[in-house]
Amino acid sequence: MTAPVPGPPGVEDLLRALAPQVLGTLVRRHGHGAFDACEDAVQEALLAAVVQWTGGTGDPADGDGVPENPRGWLLTVATRRLTDQWRSERARRDREAAVFARDPSAGEGPALGEDRPADHDDTLTLLFLCCHPALSPPSQVALTLRAVGGLTTAQIARAFLVPEPTMAQRVSRAKQRIKAAGARFGMPPPDERDERLRAVLHVLYLIFNEGYTASSGPDLQRAGLVAEAIRLTRELHRLLPGDGEVAGLLALMLLTDARRAARSGPDGLLIPLTEQDRTLWNADAIAEGTALVTEALTWSPPGPYQLQAAIAAVHAEAPRPEDTDWPQVLALYRLLAHVSPNPMVTLNEAVALAMVDGPSAGLDLLRTLDGDDRMSGHHRLAAVRAHLLEQAGDADGALEAYRQAARGTTSIPERRYLESRAARLRANRLDDGEEPR
Amino acid sequence: MKYMLLIYNRPGFVEELTERERADLFGEVDAIMKELTESGELVGGDALADPSTAKTVREKDGRIAVTDGPFLEAKEHFAGHITVDCESVERAVEIASRWPDVRFGGRMEVRALMEQSGTEM
Repeated sequence: MTAPVPGPPGVEDLLRALAPQVLGTLVRRHGHGAFDACEDAVQEALLAAVVQWTGGTGDPADGDGVPENPRGWLLTVATRRLTDQWRSERARRDREAAVFARDPSAGEGPALGEDRPADHDDTLTLLFLCCHPALSPPSQVALTLRAVGGLTTAQIARAFLVPEPTMAQRVSRAKQRIKAAGARFGMPPPDERDERLRAVLHVLYLIFNEGYTASSGPDLQRAGLVAEAIRLTRELHRLLPGDGEVAGLLALMLLTDARRAARSGPDGLLIPLTEQDRTLWNADAIAEGTALVTEALTWSPPGPYQLQAAIAAVHAEAPRPEDTDWPQVLALYRLLAHVSPNPMVTLNEAVALAMVDGPSAGLDLLRTLDGDDRMSGHHRLAAVRAHLLEQAGDADGALEAYRQAARGTTSIPERRYLESRAARLRANRLDDGEEPR
Repeated sequence: MKYMLLIYNRPGFVEELTERERADLFGEVDAIMKELTESGELVGGDALADPSTAKTVREKDGRIAVTDGPFLEAKEHFAGHITVDCESVERAVEIASRWPDVRFGGRMEVRALMEQSGTEM
């Protein structure tokens, strides 16, 4: 997995792990109202560290090397930036002759926690803060990657294929919203905690998905998001080992990413699960993911992430596609549809049903989605229908559905895949001596 | 999702406007661009030179032929585009519907950008 920044992973990993700790310490010292300024100061300290420690290359041999107490170094530099910033703001205000009595504790208070050992709970607190309900999911993602992940704005912008100023604006707006919402730097109250944790999991899932879906293309920058999502989810699992859905999400990520090498061909064309070379699957990731979800399901009520991970584990344990325990997959999708009803789940349930009871049973289930505004006309519905019609031997119907799906998708690899399925059907029909349409 | 908002208008329509209308038109565009910049939705955009300055490249009798002017002699021409990264197609349409060219006989076309990412089916 390529890290989002070039250079040896040592310094990069160290900085990213220290970022939320340093930020947590600063915010605790200066108050939650200073989150925005503290976050900027940490970013600047991280950039300064890369320059001074590594000469900007990421390699300690090119700079002064990593200091003895890297956390203390970052804290000192970030504090200095913060003080400079406040000083210049105060000077400006003085010039404007504004009568402004600054809170004397800000910036000059006792250095609480300065020498305290790394407090990992800050990572959790920061995750909750960055996934505040006042923010839209894209803003939650951007802020999480910066404040918790320690990525620079430039790296996040590259990963999401938007210009750097656009991403900078998103981050700064997200911080303004957090401030306006009066969010405090602390754990959410117990009655909100569960919902906030779901938001955190969703953000981690979005980060993973953004990277995973990109990993068939040449864009390793984006694929680095997969490693970042797994790293943060692993950290969350370490902090909350008693939450089954955290374990479930980590398992789902591991089991999904285990198929990375097999999911696209050398030409970048997507390869469906049933046609993948299973010897390319990552056995270690499968073993870890399977063990995680199996264990979690013994004591946790089955949530959506655990069930999706369990389904991925059933697929992973089949050496050949024909060995897949489809009745088990179907049962898990039915349970998933029960705990988390969603048309996408119905779509997958139809695929499993077709494998158990035949394509016409699957097609019957798909018909129930035709009246659903979220799905009717959606390219995924057309794509699944095309597969089932092809299985049922209705080549004309399948061809039309593949074409419809190809027109509907906004993904280039998906369109190429769907067009190639359509072309194959069309070629078969010409071989059978039928007239081209 | 990223959407390109394609701006079509009648070349030269701006010069037919009154001073006041022109100022309003550019002011509206500036206001929308400012809003999109501040919201972190603006990805990019360009205005195109007049279609009379276009070159059209085609193959004719097995050879490349270059002619001056646009391919189609239409009333409205492609005048520029902005690309936004926003939460829904409804939001993209809302931005497009506020673009002032629409009020002066132009039109906007909202098109989703294709992505390099995808999931196996």
